[in-house]
Amino acid sequence: MATLTPRVELAIGSRFENIDLVQVVVKVSLQQLRLDDDTSHWIGMAVREAVANAIKHGNRQDPDKKVEVTFGIVDGDVLIEVRDEGSGFDPAGLPDPLEPANLLKPGGRGIFFMRKFMDGIDYDFRPEGGTVVRLRKRLETSAPGETQEDGSK
Amino acid sequence: MKMAMRQRQGVTILQPKGKITIGAGDVALRDAVHEALDAGAKNILINLRETTTMDSSGIGELVSAYTTVTNRGGKLRLLHLPPKVQDILQITQLVTVFDVYDDEDEAIGSFD
Repeated sequence: MATLTPRVELAIGSRFENIDLVQVVVKVSLQQLRLDDDTSHWIGMAVREAVANAIKHGNRQDPDKKVEVTFGIVDGDVLIEVRDEGSGFDPAGLPDPLEPANLLKPGGRGIFFMRKFMDGIDYDFRPEGGTVVRLRKRLETSAPGETQEDGSK
Repeated sequence: MKMAMRQRQGVTILQPKGKITIGAGDVALRDAVHEALDAGAKNILINLRETTTMDSSGIGELVSAYTTVTNRGGKLRLLHLPPKVQDILQITQLVTVFDVYDDEDEAIGSFD
């Protein structure tokens, strides 16, 4: 089994231009794992969406608030955590972007993309404030598909 | 992201080059579509051949562009989808919304 050593951690200010920095770090880190290009691409896209949500909805683009990203291998899975300083949200309350009434809405696809691109997603809403989104990808899979919803905690 | 804009047979062709992502390319795409509409464009073709990355905000801007153009009585169509963008349109079921072409002549002719 491929391993990623050491675990990667980074923190960025809540600016959209910093998303590219996170994606570059993720891409370079994934190169250690010798994943195929498709798998690396979809993981990178999921991380983009998670960080974008953390900046936009979690930290409300306050540049003084941090988004922390950790990235590593746990039990054979790629595990990425994205933490913000926001007040959280209700995952069950998110509209389905595939519903005909929502198809032409401009927003509401970020978490949908994460679910599609990864094998698992769960959320941790900390009582002191802040949200952690955990993205998991099994290393043996390569195509975007259905994601196991681990549920909110 | 850089945006090229040209006219051909009454169709405004937009060709974004680079990322259509949150905070950068999405705004540039929105501005280009509104600029074209303000200049009197009815029919808009977006050539995505040089689009390297499109996130959910980029998809959202495409949808907004489609509804804005359609609501003004015009037509918006897509040309040369990169494979990853095609995948995203499949996943979001927006392939059922957009008319997509692989050939510019055919795309231009479709506006007649």
